[in-house]
Amino acid sequence: MKISRVLKGFSAEKWGPLLALAILFAISAFASPYFLKTRNLLNILRQVSYTGIIGLGMTFVIITGGIDLSVGSMTALVGGISILVLNALGGGSWAIFIAILAAIGLGVAFGAANGLIITKGKVAPFIVTLGTMAIFRSLTLYISGAGEFRSQSNLFPELGMGSFLGIPNPVWVFLGLAVLFWVILNHTQYGRYMCAIGSNERVAKYAAIKIDKVRFFAYVIVGITVAITAVLLSSRLNSISSSNAGQNYELDAIAAVIIGGTAMSGGSGSIIGTVIGAIILGIVNNMLNMLGVSPYLQGTVKGLVIIGAVLIQRKNNK
Amino acid sequence: MAEKILKIKGVSKEFSKVRVLNNISVEVEKGEIFGIIGENGAGKSTLIKMISGIYVPTEGEIFFEEKLITEFNPQKARELGIRLIPQEFNLINELNVFENIFLGKEFKKHLLLNKKKMISKAEELLLMLHTEIKPTDKIQELSVAKKQMIEIAKALAYESKLLIMDEPTTVLTGSEIELLFQLMRRLKEKGVTIIYISHKLKEVREICDRVMVLRDGEQIEIEDTQLMDEHQMATSMVGRELSQIFPKKNQPSPETVLKVENLCVKGILEDIGFDLKKGEILGFSGLVGAGRTELAETLMGIRKKLSGKLFIHGKEVHIKNPSDAVKHHFAYLSEDRQGTGIITSFDITSNITLNSLNNYCKCLINHKKERETTKEYVENFNIKAASLKTKLEFFSGGNQQKVSLAKSLDTKPQIFIVDEPTRGIDVNAKREIYHFLKQLASNGIACLFISSELEEILGMCTRVVVMREGRITGILDENNMSEKEIMLYATGLKGVA
Repeated sequence: MKISRVLKGFSAEKWGPLLALAILFAISAFASPYFLKTRNLLNILRQVSYTGIIGLGMTFVIITGGIDLSVGSMTALVGGISILVLNALGGGSWAIFIAILAAIGLGVAFGAANGLIITKGKVAPFIVTLGTMAIFRSLTLYISGAGEFRSQSNLFPELGMGSFLGIPNPVWVFLGLAVLFWVILNHTQYGRYMCAIGSNERVAKYAAIKIDKVRFFAYVIVGITVAITAVLLSSRLNSISSSNAGQNYELDAIAAVIIGGTAMSGGSGSIIGTVIGAIILGIVNNMLNMLGVSPYLQGTVKGLVIIGAVLIQRKNNK
Repeated sequence: MAEKILKIKGVSKEFSKVRVLNNISVEVEKGEIFGIIGENGAGKSTLIKMISGIYVPTEGEIFFEEKLITEFNPQKARELGIRLIPQEFNLINELNVFENIFLGKEFKKHLLLNKKKMISKAEELLLMLHTEIKPTDKIQELSVAKKQMIEIAKALAYESKLLIMDEPTTVLTGSEIELLFQLMRRLKEKGVTIIYISHKLKEVREICDRVMVLRDGEQIEIEDTQLMDEHQMATSMVGRELSQIFPKKNQPSPETVLKVENLCVKGILEDIGFDLKKGEILGFSGLVGAGRTELAETLMGIRKKLSGKLFIHGKEVHIKNPSDAVKHHFAYLSEDRQGTGIITSFDITSNITLNSLNNYCKCLINHKKERETTKEYVENFNIKAASLKTKLEFFSGGNQQKVSLAKSLDTKPQIFIVDEPTRGIDVNAKREIYHFLKQLASNGIACLFISSELEEILGMCTRVVVMREGRITGILDENNMSEKEIMLYATGLKGVA
């Protein structure tokens, strides 16, 4: 009885990304003896955490039928300013706490700015966040004089470098947030409303759902995930490069969401899928490195993976 | 013996092992108007989709002009001369009439488009249809009826021999339907064969030569429409004698629940005033464009009003958005089921609790409570669902409508606005919906019943408000309610507009 029900529930939409991950994992294990080493696996997980966390917020935005292209440069700007705050306060544990709060406050503010222009100004999310992407990067470069934000704290790197029970801190944060976001999406009113709006905005409107509010908060939430990533990233490097930090993060975050099976048209999505999508991207990168493929070609492979994932989903939907 | 244009021999169709159509055999004569009727889910759409090449039959053979169809795709069917005129039109709003007619089949002069030739050819086609539409009119400026004409013109441009019309009259008013029927008769004279699908049995009887009844995927009978009246058709579709379709009317209490005064919406509604009693089903009649749906949307806070007052139980209320309306216990069952009523990609539970989700949440959604409510509605409303997890896109129209109804009711409204609640659903589901509404009224809920079907208004309401061009032209009570009287007010022949 149970088994037949499980089999009945088997759909490419739900299990496709997991299946892809399993196949990729098996191939990688054969291709390189180093792949299965704990150190390597943990390294992959840590590497995917940064864009993975943003991918969680991005899942919400995409479910509501939107997009946020500004997350990469927002990471740099938030990270940079929080390092300035940290340095100004002396770099002690108290200063770290305030710097984290400042980062989150900035993430909320920047997300709110995106959200307000999109909902109140009725400008397409693509346009708004394309604009803020340029603005955030330019402000980062301006504030740092196109240089680097370097933290003077000796304590700060422990946050991003450290680990707990042998697992790197960023991975804990990523998985913890994934659980939280999963609950929000599947078990709260807010999650249901996001899906309703993404599926059919007019029905949502007639159902007395406050559409603008729901969409606005999706951008605030992605801002918060950006802030968390910015803190983890800057503490790991103990610095933020104004030109390189967060580069292409929007690409990786959106890619993780899409590979995870969330439709670009909105309406439904999966947090577990996004986590798997992020890990798939990480493994692909890892394998290319181990096999000695030129780093310049890695972007090509990533692009092919994204397009391939969407093509497979399209086929299954027919 | 007339020439047979279409022969269907023992055709069946299965979707993932579920048989939706079983052993259909029929021959359609050239130049015939052939009706297909049946309840929702009876298999009408499946059958026409096979004829027009969208689905491949699981069993059986289809012959068109004595040739076996081996390749099932819409393009191929079109080339053979089979054309489906869908319920939702495939027209591009931004383009002109002639550009739409020749879309994908443009006349060319070397590399460039030959506009002149297309326009003159389009003119010819439109003339044949006896319409005053010009080839250079923009599609978006045309009425629904005219858009349908363009679809037909498109079919003629492809020199179609078999037209399949799926519920063509649901979007048309009385006089437009008459025009369509005249056109169909002219096409028939020219030897074009038409397959006609409709829920409106009276129209089927009027326009069709023969009719086929489908029920649960089975072919029940094929009969001359001369030999079968509407009642017999309905009985044959449902498979049993239909008991009284309308329930006995309630006498509403004298207590006024809602009073509307001098309601205006810029350019749409003017000086609307009426009152609604507890337990009353107040009918709203009028032609398409009379402003009834707009009135409902204004009451629900979806449209902005220019002026006017609303009183509930004598107290003035202000409704500025849909949330305000819900707070004052309004609910709205929209006429546009898939556009504004339900989310087709959601399952039945998420749809039913969409408006009332607040009642199922503390911090998290109480899924158990949600499921229990859903089960209740499924039982009470006789909703046929494979499982509670099935997405609504796989439901028939009647079942979708019941879900939409359950969704509106789950907010526990006191004032319930229903807008064309039985559009496009079958007789049996209609009857069920009438009985739910009557039951609601018996429980003291005040219903505002918008409908374009006069029969329905007469069968359900004790009072009817007639609207025309955004104004109320008359409020008729039971003593002077009749189809004729309502039409006089609706067309502006009676009542001061």
